[in-house]
Amino acid sequence: MCSMANLIRIGKGLDIKLKGKAIETLSQVGHSDLCALTVSDFHGLTPKVIARPGDKVKAGSVLLCDKNRQEVKFVSPVSGTVVAVNRGDKRKVLDVLVKADSANEFESFAKIDLSKASGEEVKTLLLNAGMWPFIKQRPYDLIANPQEAPKAIFISTFDTAPLAADFEFVLKGQEADFQTALNALAHIAPVHLGVHENAQSSALKNASNVTIHTFAGKHPTGNVGVQIHHVSPINKGEIVWVVNPQDLIIMGRLFNKGVTDFSRIVALTGSEVVKTGYVKIQAGSLITPLFKSNVTKGKALRYISGNVLTGTQVTPESYLNFYANQLTVIPEGTEKHEMFGWIMPRLNQFSINHSYFSWLLPKKEYVLDARIKGGQRALIMSNELDKVFPFDIFPEILLKAIITNNIDQMEALGIYEVAPEDFALCEFVDTSKTEIQKIVREGLDMLFKEMN
Amino acid sequence: MKPSFEPGGKLSAFQSVFDGFETFLFVPNTTSKTGTHIHDSIDSKRVMSMVVLALIPALLFGMYNVGYQHYLAIGTLPSVSFGEIFGFGFLAVLPKVIVSYLVGLGIEFVVAQWKHEEIQEGYLVSGMLIPLILPVECPLWIMSIAIAFAVIFAKEVFGGTGRNIFNVALITRAFLFFAYPSQMSGDGVWVKTGSVFGIGEGQLVDGFSGATPLGQLMTTSSGTAHLTGITGNALSTSDMLIGLIPGSIGETSVIAIALGAILLLATGIASWKIMASVFVGGSLTALMFNAIGTSPSMLLPWYEHMLLGGFAFGAVFMATDPVTSARTENGKYIFGLLLGFMAVVIRVLNPGYPEGMMLAILLLNLFAPLIDYVVVQKNITRRLNRAKVTNDKK
Repeated sequence: MCSMANLIRIGKGLDIKLKGKAIETLSQVGHSDLCALTVSDFHGLTPKVIARPGDKVKAGSVLLCDKNRQEVKFVSPVSGTVVAVNRGDKRKVLDVLVKADSANEFESFAKIDLSKASGEEVKTLLLNAGMWPFIKQRPYDLIANPQEAPKAIFISTFDTAPLAADFEFVLKGQEADFQTALNALAHIAPVHLGVHENAQSSALKNASNVTIHTFAGKHPTGNVGVQIHHVSPINKGEIVWVVNPQDLIIMGRLFNKGVTDFSRIVALTGSEVVKTGYVKIQAGSLITPLFKSNVTKGKALRYISGNVLTGTQVTPESYLNFYANQLTVIPEGTEKHEMFGWIMPRLNQFSINHSYFSWLLPKKEYVLDARIKGGQRALIMSNELDKVFPFDIFPEILLKAIITNNIDQMEALGIYEVAPEDFALCEFVDTSKTEIQKIVREGLDMLFKEMN
Repeated sequence: MKPSFEPGGKLSAFQSVFDGFETFLFVPNTTSKTGTHIHDSIDSKRVMSMVVLALIPALLFGMYNVGYQHYLAIGTLPSVSFGEIFGFGFLAVLPKVIVSYLVGLGIEFVVAQWKHEEIQEGYLVSGMLIPLILPVECPLWIMSIAIAFAVIFAKEVFGGTGRNIFNVALITRAFLFFAYPSQMSGDGVWVKTGSVFGIGEGQLVDGFSGATPLGQLMTTSSGTAHLTGITGNALSTSDMLIGLIPGSIGETSVIAIALGAILLLATGIASWKIMASVFVGGSLTALMFNAIGTSPSMLLPWYEHMLLGGFAFGAVFMATDPVTSARTENGKYIFGLLLGFMAVVIRVLNPGYPEGMMLAILLLNLFAPLIDYVVVQKNITRRLNRAKVTNDKK
């Protein structure tokens, strides 16, 4: 198939330079005794438990399925025994814990010939092997509905978030699996690949069966939502599916080998990590060994699964998130008592506002902690959010429509095109410290309920 | 100490006040619970502090000018030192600033405690603006009533900082203008002729006239007005630029205002689009009136319109208030142009209101949401058309 390259420059945005970028070394983590499939990793999921405590499972055996769409299955990444199905308030399922054994058995799935397969066959294989949750959709930023047909599938092959993992490093040695997944998805809908202007890997620049779009610009250029907006914006009634590039590699393994291998490479990043780097780790494993003797002592720390803008807070005793590409550790900051912040020069602080001085040193890397650094206010400053929101959408006005639950206005202003992660930088720069991503997430959830 | 202010503690009725002082001294160190884990160091306090800083040149010059006009009026200007001139003005203006903050912040503290919210910083700016847009002879008790009215009815009933429709400082002035017109206009209010705390006693010189240049335009019957200072000397354009002329305390010196404008523009806190559009709109309208030229007001050169009265002060500090002006970028151009237009139209065509800026800003505050609505509708229509085109292609 032909692959056109066209350069799209994204004008708005902000690159936040932090200390603690992952050094390009790859290490292995020993097999974790316990693996967990955590329900909260999948927003909007109401699970139906299939496996019972005590069941023997293989890698690829079904543990849960989506109650509302039973063909969407969630499988065990390892072979072993189901130890527990943990529940919380009102018997809500929290996670399924599997104790790994040394047998390493795999469920086998019928291999399909990708040169002759239909879209339905590809979908069925992905659903049965528990790989469907890797496919998410816009609008609503939820796991894709396999019964709806998307107009396209978009993949962003580079991540511009602070300290993000370099996908080309992760891709090394796995290019064949990556291309296989592209070939598979191309049977379902046209696939669009977003490639960075400075990409080196030919598996990206010359990928086949896809349309390649080249992008240049500051964060959030790497966000797939930004790329969709600049190539084929989503209108009301249209659906686009998105997949994270490392998840494509995992899918490709399924098509090439016929078994599930959910192991992934995660970047350890952040100013409080002693030795940063890339780690190969099985999905759902305990992340404790990654941080043992590897974080600064003596102060409160914030552990984040993901990046500092969109990640979720975890502890060293947490299990790896299903979609994790990065783990970040920064100082919590609760012990700091800065005086007279409203007038001091605060030379070690980062701000895009010119009443501070960080704009004079664009290459400096910062140690930022988790303090909000201000009280929550009504939206006062205008044109603040717009500067870091590269969409033809008014972020502040859309935000106000979401807050007031005005569905017609939300639709008119473009809510179908956005996900909370697109507003992360808006939340970072906001003088009024509004909980923007939370508001957008709740707005999308409310809209989904109304429309379905 | 802090727990006694928490709900249930002995001093919990003063929690908002305690929080206010604590956040004045220290940056709050609560950490984020949802969304982004890191935040920009900018916050509402920093923004408001920068605006107050930008008002300092106008405040300081205003104090000096009050003293200057006083000693000029009693004829002893050559024999007094800089320190005496500034000291007189300082003592004349400071009570206004103190009372403005006491009344305004006092009301805000009470309302914040009543709502169990943090004290918000909006009044830090309004409290400084209000004395600067009043004539120096305005009595303190009248100013206090107006501030109470404006803070309660133009700000708190709408929800406080960030939710008001009208500029709070201008509502204060408008209240004073319409409720106490004799204390706010005419020839007797712009120059402090009496003494202040016993300093500066003296007799007014002959030929003293306390009318501002715009006030003189009102009384000129025909032809080009010859504008003079308080002792009858002719005023040049550079006099209007420097600002040693009678007027409201902070509005006379365009140079002092410009220093503030540079700070606001450099820090990106005020929109250059609004500032520039106001001046462009005002200049074009004044040029148009110069061309028509049938009354003394119309004949005032267009550049002097920009320098006299509250035009520059309003354009830099009050039209740019982000809460009450247009919020869309394209809307700001329309907002500014219309504002400049209205200010000059009101000044020139209505002999009763030599000061059109205040009314123009309040009028455009009312229209700002409509301007934004029009801009947003264009965006919405563009999205709908895009959907239509895609549907037609299918």
